[in-house]
Amino acid sequence: MDGEPLVRWDWIWRNWSTGRAGSIDSLLQQHVVMALLPVVLGLVVALPIGLACVRWRWLYQPTAGLMNVVYALPSLPVFMLLLPATGLGPATVIIPLSFYGVAVLIPAVVDGIASVPDHVRQSAVAMGFTPLRRLLRVELPIAVPVVLAGLRVVAVSSISLVSVGALIGQGGLGNLFTDAFKRDFPTPAVVGIVLIVALALLVDGLLLAAQRLLTPWQRARGSA
Amino acid sequence: MITFDRVTKRYPDGTVAVDDLSLEVPTGGITVFVGPSGCGKTTSLRMINRMIDPSEGRVLLDGVDVTTVDPPTLRRGIGYVIQQAGLFPHRKIVDNVATVPQLLGWDRRKARDRAMELLERVGLDTGLANRYPFQLSGGQQQRVGVARALAADPPVLLMDEPFSAVDPIVRASLQDELLRLQAELHKTIVFVTHDIDEAVKLGDRVAVLQVGGHLAQLDDPATLLARPADGFVQEFLGRDRGIRRLSFVPGEGLRLRDDLTVPVSADVASARGTAEPWLAVVGPDGGPLGWAATSGLPKSGTFEAVPLAPYGTFVRGRDSLRAALDAALLSPSGNAIAVDDSGRAEGVVTREVLDEALVLAAREASRVAGETRAGEGPGEAGGAREAADGR
Ligand SMILES: Nc1ncnc2c1ncn2[C@@H]1O[C@H](COP(=O)(O)OP(=O)(O)OP(=O)(O)O)[C@@H](O)[C@H]1O
Ligand SMILES: [Mg+2]
Repeated sequence: MDGEPLVRWDWIWRNWSTGRAGSIDSLLQQHVVMALLPVVLGLVVALPIGLACVRWRWLYQPTAGLMNVVYALPSLPVFMLLLPATGLGPATVIIPLSFYGVAVLIPAVVDGIASVPDHVRQSAVAMGFTPLRRLLRVELPIAVPVVLAGLRVVAVSSISLVSVGALIGQGGLGNLFTDAFKRDFPTPAVVGIVLIVALALLVDGLLLAAQRLLTPWQRARGSA
Repeated sequence: MITFDRVTKRYPDGTVAVDDLSLEVPTGGITVFVGPSGCGKTTSLRMINRMIDPSEGRVLLDGVDVTTVDPPTLRRGIGYVIQQAGLFPHRKIVDNVATVPQLLGWDRRKARDRAMELLERVGLDTGLANRYPFQLSGGQQQRVGVARALAADPPVLLMDEPFSAVDPIVRASLQDELLRLQAELHKTIVFVTHDIDEAVKLGDRVAVLQVGGHLAQLDDPATLLARPADGFVQEFLGRDRGIRRLSFVPGEGLRLRDDLTVPVSADVASARGTAEPWLAVVGPDGGPLGWAATSGLPKSGTFEAVPLAPYGTFVRGRDSLRAALDAALLSPSGNAIAVDDSGRAEGVVTREVLDEALVLAAREASRVAGETRAGEGPGEAGGAREAADGR
C-alpha cells in the first residue's frame, strides 16, 4: 500500500456517476431505499401491534420478549437463513431490518401512548370523545415525540446495518467496503464511511426537524 | 335535575366506594359533595357522566336513566372540570376550548368564535388564545378548563376539586368567578371538594359524605353549620364552625356611627375634648386612611401630621357579619370601618354594635338548631337519615 494515498479523488470523480450499476450514486440511492424502507415498514407494522399491546395489556410482555429475541439475532445468519426464500435480492436485507425496526418501535409506541397524562386521557373521555377519535386526536399526537425518538434510533441503525448486506452483494454503500478490501484500495472504503455517516446525520436531522415542526407544544423547547 | 336513586358502587376488588346513596341535585343550583379523602366523591360524580357505572341503583338525569344513553352523547352535554385542568397539551388554548363544539360538529369558525367568547367570559385575556397550555399559569389553565367545559353550553357541569391545586389567593378569585358566572348562567353544578370552607362558600346545598360512601348530611350551608346531623359532620366542620356561620349573617343591618370619622384635612383642635379614644381618618377621596388616637394628638395642625394605626373595612350591603368582625379585629380600636362598593367610608361599626349582632346571631343559631344544648354534641343516630331525606 506504500505510495497509495488514503483518498484518490480522481477515482471518486470517475466512479461517482457512470450510469452503470455499482457507481457511487446508484449505490447511495440503493442504500437510502434499503435503509429507509424498513423504517417505514417497521412503523407500519409496529403501530397496530403497539396499539394492540396498549389495548390488551397482557399482550405486551410476550410481544416485548419476542421482539427482544428478534433484536438479538445477528443480521448475517438471518440473511443466510432468508437466502433460499428471497434469493440475492434486496428483500433479503430489507426484511430483517424491518423486523429490527418493529422490535424497537413497538415499545416506542407503547411508551408513547403511556406518556399521555392520565388526567388528559380522563378529560378526553369526559368530553365525549369516542375511543377511536380519542386515539387519533389526543393520544397519538401526544405520543409523537416518544415515537419519533424511537424512529430516529431505528433510522440511524438501519442506515448503518444495510452495509452488512454487502456480504451477499446487497449492501448499498457497503459494497464499497468489499470492493476496497478485495482490491486492497482504501478510497472506496473511505467514501463509503463518509457517505454513510453523512446520510445518518442528514436523516437524523430531518427527523429532528420534523419533531420540532410536529410538536410546537413541547415544554422542553422552552420557547415561551 | 340529577337524581341518585339508591346508588351503590362496589369496585371489583370489593371496595364499596358509594353506599346506597339517594339524593337530588336541583336544576340551576350548585350542589357540593364534600368529605374526607376516599369517601366516594369522585366515584359519585363520575356515575353522572358514566365514566363509572353504578353496581346497584340508578342515576337519573331529568328523569332519564343515564345508563340508557350512549356515553359519548351523554358526556357532550355535561361539562367536566378536574383538578389538573386536563388540558390537551398539543392543542392551542382556543382549540382546547373549542373541543366539544367541534365534537358536536359545529363548523370551525363558529366553534372558534364561541371559544373566544368564553375565554373572555371566564376572565382571560384573548391574547392567550394562541398559546399552548404549558405557557399558562395554573390558575389560567384552570380558567381555560372552565371555559372548555362551558363551550357547548351544557346544562350540567361536574367539577372535581377544580381549584385545589392553586394557591389560596388564586383559588378565592376562581371561586368568586364561578359564583359570578353561575349568577348569569344558572347551570346545574355538582362540585366536589374536600375543603369545607369552599363547600360552604360555593354551595347552595352541601352533601357531606363519610368514608365508605354514606351520605351523612345534605343541607344548605347555614343549616349545616348551625345543625350538624351527627358527630362525624360536626368534627368535619371543624372547631370554628360558629365563626364560619357568621358568613351567612348579613352585615347589612349593623348600626353605623357617623361621628367617629374625620377628614384628614380637619384641624386637630376639632377633635380635642372628645371622649372617643379613636377616630377614623378619611382621605380626600373618601377612603379610610387609618385610626388616630385622640390621646396623643399634637397641639396644632391637621390630621396629616398624626400617626395612624392600621384598620379593617367591610363592604356594607355585601359583606357578612364575619367580615365586619374581621375588620374590627384588625383595628386597635376594636371598631370596624364600613365602606361602600367604591371604597368610600360610610361610617363606623362599634364593638358594642358588633357585640349585639353576635348575640342575636348566636340566638338565631340555637333557634335553627331547634334546641339549646350548649357545650354538648348533637344527637347521634337518626339525624343523618332525616337530613338525607330532606326532612
Ligand atoms: N378503580 C378502583 N378500584 C378499586 N377501588 C377504587 C377505585 N377507584 C376508587 N376506589 C376506592 O373507592 C373509594 C372512593 O374513591 P373516590 O375516588 O371516589 O374517593 P374521593 O372521595 O374522590 O377521594 P379524594 O378526595 O381522595 O379524591 C376509595 O376507597 C378508593 O380507594
Ligand atoms: Mg376524588
